[in-house]
Amino acid sequence: MTVVSQKASRSSPDSSLDIQRVREDFPILNTLVRGKPLVYLDNAATSQKPRHVIDRLSRFLLEENSNIHRGVYYLSERATAAYELAREKVRSFLNAPDPREIVFVRGTTEAINLVACSFGRGRLGPGDEIVISAMEHHSNIVPWQLLCESSGATLRVAPMDGTGTLLLDEYKKLLGAKTKLVALVHVSNSLGTVNPVKEMVALAKEWEVPVLLDGAQAAPHQPIDVQDLGCDFYALSGHKMFGPTGIGVLYGRLEMLGGMPPYQGGGEMIRSVTFERSTYAPPPAKFEAGTPDIAGAIGLGATVDYLEGIGWGSIQRHEQRLLSYALDQLSTVPEIRIIGSATSRASVVSFVMDGIHAHDLGTIVDQEGVAIRTGHHCTQPVMDFFGVPATARASFAFYNTLEEVDVLVNALKEARRVFGLC
Amino acid sequence: MLDVRDLYQQTILDHNRSPRNRREIDDADRVASGNNPLCGDKVTVYLKIKDDVITDVSFSGSGCAISQASASLMTTSVMGKSSAEAEQLFARFHAMVAGEHQGDCEGLGKLAVFSGVRQFPARVKCANLAWHTLRAALEAETKPISTE
Repeated sequence: MTVVSQKASRSSPDSSLDIQRVREDFPILNTLVRGKPLVYLDNAATSQKPRHVIDRLSRFLLEENSNIHRGVYYLSERATAAYELAREKVRSFLNAPDPREIVFVRGTTEAINLVACSFGRGRLGPGDEIVISAMEHHSNIVPWQLLCESSGATLRVAPMDGTGTLLLDEYKKLLGAKTKLVALVHVSNSLGTVNPVKEMVALAKEWEVPVLLDGAQAAPHQPIDVQDLGCDFYALSGHKMFGPTGIGVLYGRLEMLGGMPPYQGGGEMIRSVTFERSTYAPPPAKFEAGTPDIAGAIGLGATVDYLEGIGWGSIQRHEQRLLSYALDQLSTVPEIRIIGSATSRASVVSFVMDGIHAHDLGTIVDQEGVAIRTGHHCTQPVMDFFGVPATARASFAFYNTLEEVDVLVNALKEARRVFGLC
Repeated sequence: MLDVRDLYQQTILDHNRSPRNRREIDDADRVASGNNPLCGDKVTVYLKIKDDVITDVSFSGSGCAISQASASLMTTSVMGKSSAEAEQLFARFHAMVAGEHQGDCEGLGKLAVFSGVRQFPARVKCANLAWHTLRAALEAETKPISTE
């Protein structure tokens, strides 16, 4: 591993990010879009990958590829060691107490579905309640609706206010003896709101209710400490935090995972199989049926190394600077309305423009090389709450620059000219 | 060279700003609704039909400029046409915006302003939505149609 030497060069805890050097780590950022430099502002959908991760993936495929946990030969032992090392890296990244609490899954969606199917099975019935919030991604709504349909339990939704801030008093009122599970988004993908999840977990714990946190949008922006948060489950996606697609993580407290039935059946997750009955392996293998995304997991381990090398302090300072600059510059276009204005927020800005639908904005700014997301961002209830059919969303990563904010804002002004509005 | 102004031609912008036949028909013979889940475009088409001729057509809905202008121009194009003629027009329109070959715009009249859409594959659904919904109304399908 050459990571350590790479780490020190980007920043020290007190220094600011050397943005040009960071950008050199991401080869795709040199892309020209119809002759114009790519301005990639769709990081909340998926983030770009540093060369360090790409190289680690190719090194695995070129030199180490083989199946894990079953071969007694050299390559399989190497692959198994690399895969388990990745698990350990993720454990450390989340500050989980034990590597057995790290289950590799396809992504946040699968992690949540795993809990809904496995934890939910047989534990919920009519009269029981699951509490979520008003700003959940569809992936933290629909699995619970499915569970409610099959179990007869009821879904309760903690409301938010017009700034996109959850109403803690209302949330507190929803909790009670009927509550069997709380599932909350840590950082909203469409509003950028950073929810006070530690406090919300503590409130649920007063009723001894297990809590799942959807960390898909938090992991790319801030350090995560599952012990400090006190949650029972934490879900994240590799590809949103500069790692590969197809790999994600479910952290589950060992005690919880141990008591849960398997999610899928197959190879890897068993202890013994006969036609009469099978017994299951302990976690995490119990939840990793079939050959996993071995390369993806190892790539995610490399991602964790890379992020820790950059340092969260400098990432967060730079992103907050991008966020406040973007909010300032967008406010110079009077026809733009920002959706969501929570005090604590990640570098995600949703907005609408008078007279131009978000989808048209997306097409027009693309002509200037700017990639933004337009639509409902898989949060249709959030769109309904704010009374908009769709928003445009610029989501920034630590490799974005203030100049790119300018390109976005100029492209938005160009949209007004194309539409003959100025 | 791709030019966004080929997509957003004046006629399209005009129909987006001032849509024609954007109203509900209370005593419509056929009504169908369509949506494009990707961007949230919604269109409902209302038809009055007599002896297989579209005697009145209107739409309601919301969405991007392409979807709304397309709905507006669809209504002005099929007014007074038979259902077979309307189908034929859709086939030509579809060939122009999404066909394999650069279709000609003959017989499409004002609908030719949508010829730029073919350069923007992500927007073909927006242009087609009103037409798919019209077809559903003509076929008297009652369930909402979706472009996904």
